[in-house]
Amino acid sequence: MTVLDRPGADARPRVLASPPGTGGEAFSLQDRVLMKGNEAIAEAAIAAGCDAYFGYPITPQAELLEWMARRMPEEGRTYVQAESELAAINMALGAAAVGARVLVSSSSPGISLMAEAMSYMAGSRLPMVLVNVMRGGPGLGSIGASQGDYLQATKGHGHGDYRVPVLAPSSIAEAIDLVGDAFTLAERYRTPVILLADGILGQAMEPVKPTFRALERPPRPDWVLDGAAGREPRVIKSLHLRPEDLERADLALQATYAEITENEQRWAGESLDGADVVMVAYGTAARIARTAVERARAAGLMAGLFRPITLWPFPAAALCEAARDARAVLAVEMSAGQLVEDVRLAIEGAVPVFHHGRMGGMVPTPDEVVDAVRRAWSTSDGGAS
Amino acid sequence: MSATREADGASPGSPAMSEGRTIYARPLLLTNPTSYCPGCGHGIVHRLVAEVLEELDLGGRTILVGSVGCSVFAYDYLRLDSVESPHGRAAAVATGVKRVRPDRIVFTYQGDGDLAAIGTAEIVHAAARGERFTTIFVNNGIYGMTGGQMAPTTLPGQKTTSSPLGRDVETQGYPLPVTEMLSLLAGVQYAARVSVADPGHVGKAKQAIKRAFEIQLEGKGFSIVEVLSTCPVGWGMTPTEAMDHLRDTVMGAYPVGTFVDRPRRIAPSLPQPGPSHRSITEGF
Repeated sequence: MTVLDRPGADARPRVLASPPGTGGEAFSLQDRVLMKGNEAIAEAAIAAGCDAYFGYPITPQAELLEWMARRMPEEGRTYVQAESELAAINMALGAAAVGARVLVSSSSPGISLMAEAMSYMAGSRLPMVLVNVMRGGPGLGSIGASQGDYLQATKGHGHGDYRVPVLAPSSIAEAIDLVGDAFTLAERYRTPVILLADGILGQAMEPVKPTFRALERPPRPDWVLDGAAGREPRVIKSLHLRPEDLERADLALQATYAEITENEQRWAGESLDGADVVMVAYGTAARIARTAVERARAAGLMAGLFRPITLWPFPAAALCEAARDARAVLAVEMSAGQLVEDVRLAIEGAVPVFHHGRMGGMVPTPDEVVDAVRRAWSTSDGGAS
Repeated sequence: MSATREADGASPGSPAMSEGRTIYARPLLLTNPTSYCPGCGHGIVHRLVAEVLEELDLGGRTILVGSVGCSVFAYDYLRLDSVESPHGRAAAVATGVKRVRPDRIVFTYQGDGDLAAIGTAEIVHAAARGERFTTIFVNNGIYGMTGGQMAPTTLPGQKTTSSPLGRDVETQGYPLPVTEMLSLLAGVQYAARVSVADPGHVGKAKQAIKRAFEIQLEGKGFSIVEVLSTCPVGWGMTPTEAMDHLRDTVMGAYPVGTFVDRPRRIAPSLPQPGPSHRSITEGF
């Protein structure tokens, strides 16, 4: 169980023989271990064959860096604590250029610093997985969990005409799975991929099966740099001074994005049958919405949950279909009204769309979400015309 | 020049030399004629790098880390696998390349705007970590590509488009002697400043560049060669005037020489890590 020890003084296995306060078969935690989200993501990346990790300390993702500081050298792989987030992601750029499977992690203010290199890596078609364990903002904000970087992740970060796939786990077990998927997407489409978590997912401990998935390594791509012995040199760059050349490169990128949009949308639906109010939420907010669904249904309000797993590409058609017979749609988020913009674009006015959000590290309670469901239900006229 | 060859050195289209021996040929690692301005030093520095890599037989396993500025075009003229960096980040990119491929020869090619202004943190920390790559730092004291603005390396009183009355040290500060600063760091195995002002200095510049790559081959730490160069257009001079200015004025402000060559026991005398430092280390 060494692998699952936390680094530092508190290094001991935390396998629960039986869960406290229960004992029922249905809730058996046997064969599971308690891990922090940050640690689980790190270990999942190692299992997936991550060759190089570059990071910089920031709360609430520091445990990810600490885990890598101990584990990557154990595995004989590359680990560097950089002098800044700028340097960390540019080290990743260099490592990706020579064919490494690269992970970088940070939290919101650090991600802002990485925006420049995200644009360069997208333009240079370099794969990488970037974990953002979101905290409250703007500015230095707070260290509490937030989803205030939704727009940054899905529409923003750097300059220019590019997109980045964004995967949003809502549990630590799902985060473990999505790490492998993120590397697969990054390599298949030669693009950076964001794994968008938040301070709760990063810091909380949950029981997980310590079965981390190994990823196959594709044959060495023909763009990787290794010295131009016996062949023409390769240049990995985003500079195309002639507008004709740059537009051609941009069109190629857009074609890749169209392919990603066509093939890679993911979502999960819960209690959508007969739902009058369809909630849309991802990550930690989706966990709260799930509890709110149960409480609303217990109170006679037919609520359901549509949970996007890819935030870009946003599963717009699937949401539209899920909400077709609903009376209202309610976006629940830990941000000011960012996710709701994509929800409105998806619904295109077919059903009234409402929003409930908290900010700054505040987390909505299930009961306040139920109240929001009730308001959405009573405000909308019930017609889906 | 040790690269004496028997091959015909005539350029395509010219009449073949019927007799005689080629005493100089364009290095095979150089590709197209450069697009740099007349009198610009980049062409000379590119050639020196190409000659050195060729003489050390490293061309097939070298990775060039490009930067932003006129230097960005290096990958157009050097027949090497290359990756471009965001402005100032070449030392971080090179860190990633070299850490993953320690068996490759890795070097950054950066100007003074890139390295000494926006990339100061990256170069200092790469040097402090003793990263095993080489930096070719071409210092012409100005931002050439963007039209001749003041750089951290611009000399006091020097007129540029963003210091039209001359650099005023009261408000715009003093030139940054980057290579001297880096020489203080224990991770630096080799640090030298050279010049392309005349053939004698060009020869010494080549020796320094060669030494820097040899140090990388030994794998002990960071190596940097600062090459004092020209920007006739940015300086408002003819190519000849620019070379004279480089020799008579710039080299006076930035002394050339080898600052660090640790294998040869050349290093500034600095306070060494004291007993307290060692005891901290031993404590763990």
